[in-house]
Amino acid sequence: MKRLLISASPLLGMLFAVPGFAEDAAPAAAAAPVPNKGDTAWLITATMMVVMMAAPGLGLFYGGMVRAKNMLSVLMQTLVVFCLLGVLWAVYGYSLAFTDGNAFIGGFDKLFMKGVTPESVVATFSKGVVLPEYIFAAFELTFAAITPALIIGGFAERIKFSAVLIFMVIWFTFSYIPMAHMVWYWAGPDAYTSAEAAEKAGEVAGFLFGKGALDFAGGTVVHINAGVAALIGAFMIGPRLGYRRESMAPHSLTMTMVGASLLFVGWFGFNVGSSLEAGATAGLAFFNTLVATCAATVAWTVIEAVLKGKPSMLGAVSGAIAGLVVITPACGLVGPMGAIVMGLLGGVVCYWGVNGLKRMLGVDDTLDVFGVHGVGGILGALLTGVFAAPELGGTGVYDYVANAVAPYDMSAQLIAQAWGVGTAVVWSGVVSYLGFKLIDMTIGLRVSEDEEREGLDHAAHGESAYHL
Amino acid sequence: MEVQPCNASRERSYGAPRRRFVEDAPVKLISAIIKPFKLDEVREALNVVGVHGLTVTEVKGFGRQKGHTELYRGAEYVVDFLPKVKLEMAVADERVEDAIGAIEKSASTGKIGDGKIFVFDLERAVRIRTGESGNEAL
Repeated sequence: MKRLLISASPLLGMLFAVPGFAEDAAPAAAAAPVPNKGDTAWLITATMMVVMMAAPGLGLFYGGMVRAKNMLSVLMQTLVVFCLLGVLWAVYGYSLAFTDGNAFIGGFDKLFMKGVTPESVVATFSKGVVLPEYIFAAFELTFAAITPALIIGGFAERIKFSAVLIFMVIWFTFSYIPMAHMVWYWAGPDAYTSAEAAEKAGEVAGFLFGKGALDFAGGTVVHINAGVAALIGAFMIGPRLGYRRESMAPHSLTMTMVGASLLFVGWFGFNVGSSLEAGATAGLAFFNTLVATCAATVAWTVIEAVLKGKPSMLGAVSGAIAGLVVITPACGLVGPMGAIVMGLLGGVVCYWGVNGLKRMLGVDDTLDVFGVHGVGGILGALLTGVFAAPELGGTGVYDYVANAVAPYDMSAQLIAQAWGVGTAVVWSGVVSYLGFKLIDMTIGLRVSEDEEREGLDHAAHGESAYHL
Repeated sequence: MEVQPCNASRERSYGAPRRRFVEDAPVKLISAIIKPFKLDEVREALNVVGVHGLTVTEVKGFGRQKGHTELYRGAEYVVDFLPKVKLEMAVADERVEDAIGAIEKSASTGKIGDGKIFVFDLERAVRIRTGESGNEAL
């Protein structure tokens, strides 16, 4: 999913051939397409790379930035949230995100992975090209499970472990799954045989897909979605004890560097895998992800050196992550120079996100999830609408009915992108607020003052990260 | 856990001291705070003047030397306490001046933050293995 076609005209339908529908939409396909082994091998690899982003990557990236007494709590939250939601994805997440339902959420047809077999296949972005459904569902599982794990950074060092888990189940169910359905669910390219077929297919597509919002690998679904939830969480849980009075310096930037490097590498699975094929678009997405990240790292380093006097290592890795975030929605849709401009802007704007904007908001977003993922996600989603333009080196939007690139209307595309951004911000904001409120009124969100001072490693998990 | 008063264990008697404390020659305790990278030079200089044992602790503190600021994304922290090394050694009275001189000379860089030397009267010193005390224990 991830790439959308057709800017304005409502096409789209449903990704997987639900029996019956498939016959209507694509009558009498001569021979059922068989997955290509190269595509399948690449998606297996890409899925493993996203798993690597979560447990070691994100855990170490975040863990290094907290104080030593909370190191294990962050590693623990990252790992357990990922695994818990992995289970829920198989139970109901996959079905609600990727089956036919309405414009906002899917149905229960594939509850408990019902009907999914080793032989069942899903569409990609090319007509007649398919992927084994299990590997597609696994690839999407990793997205659904790592996105909530990103949120942890907003309220690290003070939240109850039980509150984290309950919130993540609520948020995953009511924010991640609907957003994924709204942005990525469609009938697949084979349904687009004629204008009428396209119209019919468009009826089952997700809300934002229908609006023509482009999101190649998850700028809205993953980054804006998680960034907003983290901001709301940080606001509702309140600042850490001693915030802005005591030193809360990162306990190991070496760990942060290791984690960020794992994220950097793993992100190629995330972005390039989102092309769902090992083909031409994958090559473009790979190159763009690489150069945008390099550009953002350079941009952050330069602006920090100029404005603060010294370029910091934490700044450089933050720049790399900002670049990865910004290029995520655009990686298969823009040209390399567009990607570099997006990276440079991402580095500068996210630098402002963790400095000026953070001070303006006055919220203790512990690990700057909003400043990097929220701000970077919004910037990336909007710039995708600019740099996808063929005049600016982008691919434009493919019209599967005409089997050609459609004429590009930048202002219409920007409006579609703004719909994506606005929907993600409002949707995730409301779900997060209600989720946190509910937990606050029942079991409570925050650990006691004593436990917070002692550190969550010992207070919540009964162990210590380091015995030196 | 119940904490026993420390003289309780003494009453339990681990045997009489092998040698009685009569009257020891006076001993001083020198405590010096120095820059960490000067440790080896100071140890060598003390060795030359006959100080053959000392205890080293890594400490943090501040004096006239200013701390520094660290910047992590938008958060700025002032680090007031700088890492130093504390040396402690028991020295016979007549060697104290030599020892102080040796530390002073070897630990000095001429820049602010070189550290301090403190000298105390030492009431008693005992070598655990033999029970010797005073000067003989050093």
